[in-house]
Amino acid sequence: MADGKGYFSTTKRGEIHELKEELASLDKLKKKEAVKKVIAAMTVGKDVSMLFPAVVNNMQTEDLELKKLVYLYLINYAKTQPDLAIMAVNTFVKDSQDPNPLIRALAVRTMGCIRVDKITEYLCDPLQRCLKDDDPYVRKTAAVCVAKLFDISPELVEDRGFLDMLREMLSDANPMVVANAIAALSEIQELGGKEVLQITPHTLFKLLAALNECTEWGQVFILDCLAGYDMADPRDAEKIAERVMPRLQHANSAVVLSAVKVIMRAMDSVKNEDLIKAWSKKMAPPLVTLLSSEPEVQYVALRNINLIVQKRPSLLSHEVKVFFCKYNDPLYVKMEKLEVMIRLASEANIDQLKEYAQEVDVDFVRKAVRAIGRCAVSLESAAERCINVLLELIKTRVNYVVQEAVIVIKDIFRRYPNRYESIIATLCDNLESLDEPEAKASMVWIIGEYAERIDNADELLEAFLETFPEETAPVQLQLLTATVKLFLKKPTESAQRMIQLVLSAATTETDNPDLRDRAYVYWRLLSTDPEAAKDVVLAPKPVISDDVSGLEPHVLQQLLAQIGSLASVYQRPADTFVSRQRLAVARADELQAVEHKFVEDDASEGGAAAAQAARDAGSSSGGAPAAAPAPAIDLLGGDLLGDAPEPAPAAAAPAAAAPPAAGLDDLLGGMALGGAPAAAVAAAPAPAPKAADPFDLLGGAPAAAPAAAAPQAPLLLGAEKGKGLTVHGAVVRRGGAPAYELTLHNGAAVPADGFMLQLNSNAFGLAPSNQVVAVGTLVPGAGGSAAVPLAFNPAKVAAGPATSKLQVALKTNQLGVFYWEDALPLPSVLDEAGTIDGNEFLSAWRALPQETTQRLGATVADIDAAKAALGAARLFVLAHRPVPGTGQDALYVTGRITAGTAPTQLLLELRLTRGAPGVDVAFKSGRQDLAPLAFDAVAKALGG
Amino acid sequence: MSLSALFLLDAKGRPLIYRDYRGDVSTKAAERFIAKIGELEDAGRLSPVIHDDGVTYIYLLHVNVYLLAVTRANVNAAAVLVFLHRLVAVFRHYFEELEEESVRDNFVTVYELLDEVMDYGYPQFTEANILSEYIKTDAYRMEVSPVKPPMAVTNAVSWRSEGIRHKKNEVFLDVVESVNLLVSSTGAVVSSEVVGTLKMRTFLTGMPECKLGLNDKVLFEAQGRSNRQKAVDLEDIRFHQCVRLARFENDRTISFIPPDGAFDLMSYRLSQNVKPLVWVECLVERPSRSRTDYVVKARSQFKERSAATNVEIILPLPPDAISPQSRCSQGSATYVPEKSAMVWSLKSFPGGKEFLLRVNFNTPSVEAEEEVHGKMPPIKVKFEIPYFTVSGLQVRYLKVIEKSGYQALPWVRYITTAGPSYEIRMM
Repeated sequence: MADGKGYFSTTKRGEIHELKEELASLDKLKKKEAVKKVIAAMTVGKDVSMLFPAVVNNMQTEDLELKKLVYLYLINYAKTQPDLAIMAVNTFVKDSQDPNPLIRALAVRTMGCIRVDKITEYLCDPLQRCLKDDDPYVRKTAAVCVAKLFDISPELVEDRGFLDMLREMLSDANPMVVANAIAALSEIQELGGKEVLQITPHTLFKLLAALNECTEWGQVFILDCLAGYDMADPRDAEKIAERVMPRLQHANSAVVLSAVKVIMRAMDSVKNEDLIKAWSKKMAPPLVTLLSSEPEVQYVALRNINLIVQKRPSLLSHEVKVFFCKYNDPLYVKMEKLEVMIRLASEANIDQLKEYAQEVDVDFVRKAVRAIGRCAVSLESAAERCINVLLELIKTRVNYVVQEAVIVIKDIFRRYPNRYESIIATLCDNLESLDEPEAKASMVWIIGEYAERIDNADELLEAFLETFPEETAPVQLQLLTATVKLFLKKPTESAQRMIQLVLSAATTETDNPDLRDRAYVYWRLLSTDPEAAKDVVLAPKPVISDDVSGLEPHVLQQLLAQIGSLASVYQRPADTFVSRQRLAVARADELQAVEHKFVEDDASEGGAAAAQAARDAGSSSGGAPAAAPAPAIDLLGGDLLGDAPEPAPAAAAPAAAAPPAAGLDDLLGGMALGGAPAAAVAAAPAPAPKAADPFDLLGGAPAAAPAAAAPQAPLLLGAEKGKGLTVHGAVVRRGGAPAYELTLHNGAAVPADGFMLQLNSNAFGLAPSNQVVAVGTLVPGAGGSAAVPLAFNPAKVAAGPATSKLQVALKTNQLGVFYWEDALPLPSVLDEAGTIDGNEFLSAWRALPQETTQRLGATVADIDAAKAALGAARLFVLAHRPVPGTGQDALYVTGRITAGTAPTQLLLELRLTRGAPGVDVAFKSGRQDLAPLAFDAVAKALGG
Repeated sequence: MSLSALFLLDAKGRPLIYRDYRGDVSTKAAERFIAKIGELEDAGRLSPVIHDDGVTYIYLLHVNVYLLAVTRANVNAAAVLVFLHRLVAVFRHYFEELEEESVRDNFVTVYELLDEVMDYGYPQFTEANILSEYIKTDAYRMEVSPVKPPMAVTNAVSWRSEGIRHKKNEVFLDVVESVNLLVSSTGAVVSSEVVGTLKMRTFLTGMPECKLGLNDKVLFEAQGRSNRQKAVDLEDIRFHQCVRLARFENDRTISFIPPDGAFDLMSYRLSQNVKPLVWVECLVERPSRSRTDYVVKARSQFKERSAATNVEIILPLPPDAISPQSRCSQGSATYVPEKSAMVWSLKSFPGGKEFLLRVNFNTPSVEAEEEVHGKMPPIKVKFEIPYFTVSGLQVRYLKVIEKSGYQALPWVRYITTAGPSYEIRMM
């Protein structure tokens, strides 16, 4: 039974040598024991790669268990011994034809995991056989193997026709095979960015049929795939939803959530309100039942319910009670339940929230108090009760409860002015317990705002002023404004004394420019025209409204299409956290140093405080710094002139508040060389050699005749796919505008004419200004070239972050329509006059908060040549200076995109060591999503 | 839906075993994970899904083992978490319990299983009883015949193999209803729900077709039956994957080919108001600064012919309570200092009865001056009432049809228990 006893204890010297001998032993049992020992050593992290030949020698064995262990060893170490790994190929190929399906599947499964180029070639034949195997167990394994192979070599997958075989598998009689084929195709589609999985009515029928028969995991694959299906036709949507509906009764919560996702999508296209109501009614109970599952699953369910009720609040409006927290719920479940309760704001919640506000866990208690405040702000009828509950809580005198309560009461005052001021006295009794900046600032705001109604407002403020120099900036700003308000409302002697004190302290004894500037403004106002000061400082403030922040509708829509996924859990679009790329044959360990930096981390390296604020804001509003919009309440910032930025008022602020990173210092001639987190960034995303613009590479000869360029232009449409027609070409810039240069050759048996070009919506909204491809009629064997001018068309702008993806359709009268995908090189839309002067660059660079960095592999030996190459791509080098003390050179580069309504200026900083590989590029722009394209353009220009 | 790797870590975060499916996450991920959860826990922001530096960690802790899934893609988080729970079930099926020792002792089997349950980060097959037909632990490896993948792995019926034989064909069906309840400190029922589970153990030969009939209100209404029979309105039902969902959606028929052995056939939920079956009231008196008295009344609010058994009423005491004393009219009460609670146990609690417990204890008078913040945890109650369902659910029939034509004996039992959160808040 216990196969592991004792394997983990051997640490004696000479162990490796001993193992080697045992592995070569003739005694089968001894051999197997030795392999187990090797695997045990591997498991605890010891390097046993030197035993490679000895272990692999045992691969040919009748013993299935031993074989599995050797295979496991191979997966782990083949990469370090690529040459020796070839030894294994023969056995693999043999095993893939073994009479036992278990061994056939094992062989093909393992081969796919060995990411060694030389082995990959040998994988194709066995894979081809296994895809057609009689045994479904082998076929389902082979289906997944196609996805593995695609990750290593997409070309091989296409060349060998594996994609077609996968698509055929959608009609396989076995549901598990269908499910795995779906999983593999979905991933290939996502990774390759091409539509490889076109769901036709026929495949749709197949999928829905397989849904009833395959395993729970297969059901998840299929449902996730269906959610991506375009249900534009309401009849389709209805049909799908009805077939999916029974899945809501599945015991597996993941199946339920994925079914909900499909039905939510279907709801969007169905117009019939009764139907939507009926579906909602069916979806609500299963969603509630998810809260009886394991706590971890509950967490995911709650994050999704949060999204679902943002879109369809009525769906669960009668189920508020199920979100009441249980005493033993883990904290993360309680917090999420609170979030949902806040969304479903209901008076029934208030008593519960009061209970929570008296529990033990500090974070939970604070959030409960905040929730009471939000409830008051969004439900007028509940405001009174909320105020009473808050007062009761303040009476408990528990420090952090009081502080939270003060903060939310300030919000309530802003929402319902002149209604609840009677409670100020109670607040004033608790001043001494306030020690957190936000609570202090809130209290000071209240005192200033209602100075005329608080008899001893001057005394209270004076007490705060004693510690003025030690306070944090937000509190100082509030104190300054409150003192001015007090002075304007009650210009007593003490007020006069205080205002002098605070103005002088704020102008002379502080390093904070915001504080100083504000103090000066007040000072000048007060000394020149006190009445004007009153008008400004005491101006009525707009009433705030419901502060329950929702996501942007288009983000919400995007997330709802991904219910159950990480995007829905993080509540931000996948591209903000997915770091996965095709790694080709690279292994993670080697890539350790060049991993993508997550945005959050970059921010924190830049400036801890602001990043922290950003994160706090994010977590309090649902943990999504990138996507969550501002919680609407921004009380302290409400005064005209009166208030400065709060530490973390809103989630929109973090990005704007993020400090300039190291790159800026360098630009200013600084020395912050250590702080270049930018250096560690992964290699460019999937290289797209097709996109190369030959003219730009040659250093700019836009007038070159298309015919001359033809041999160099990349192949867009092969003869096989094009029924004999081949197309070469690329998007280039000609005469100050982008154009698609195409060279056609008719290899078909019939003449072809009527060539028309159309582009799918793309990042820059480019569309042919004239669709005709002017090559006339091409008789068989003839060719021709033409440049189709492209112009900006607002209707053609693709939503979402910019990509170079360009989907093209070419119509012919005789041969039908062809589709291909090309890459849109950034230089094609860069303006010839896109340069700016150094100062403009500097101020623009400073103003932009976020930068994206990447390390390119290019080697630059001659800076002037590089300048010329960049300039030819309309990336203009503004300045070039050495980076002191490093031997590096820094280039400051700019370019402008004019396609579109508003021109966008791109700012880049390049750092490189002449003659050594590696160029660090930092990118800033009003559209940060252009970064990958800009990196690509620089890489191309530099010949990297 | 694609995980990069699976780790089993010990409580300190050292890898016991890891299986790298994609090669795009470093083995150092485990270290980063442990550091990150430490950091988040300190900040009170721990959750089962964590993002750090482009890598997502999805995990759960079972006994002293972390099951950790690592990915760089936008995976289906719900599926991953359910999968990890399934994995725990598979390991427990194999090793009785999943803990550090059992993983170390069986590492070869664990590797084999990890190879079979997941391929390239896609969940594949997690039916423990079928897996054990072709992945065996040493004790069962003796047989000579080469193992082949059971048909069931890829079949539509993936939970049952063909050719099962039993001498005696029997089905045991337990209807277990558990009541969750939240009573406020003022004595009002804030929320209540009943979660029912039909637990089945089947010992049936061949590929039996089963059909289950319940007194389901929706079904009765659809069939136009009179209201003579009491019917139950089941709010939400979830079925084991063996039940034909499309058929149920069509005509509310519960039909299935069951797995062999024990499984949960279905679970359902009712959130209609349930009368608290065992009602507890606790009066707190403070005759002096340092002394507190509880007067606890427990009442059974169900029919006299039923009786609750194994009743436990767990009364929270302040952690600094000194020498609590108790007297009760029935059962026995013991002080459990590690739980800071007085536990009142009653072997049997017949319907329509009321019992009394008095507790008194001292608290250090100095601390009593300053009120300690944080409410007392709620009173918890545990009980079982056999031969009874709160909902009134009844099994009308359980038909078993197999082509060999044997007669199977169904055994049905009913029981109602207190759920994990049967809570009554203290004053």
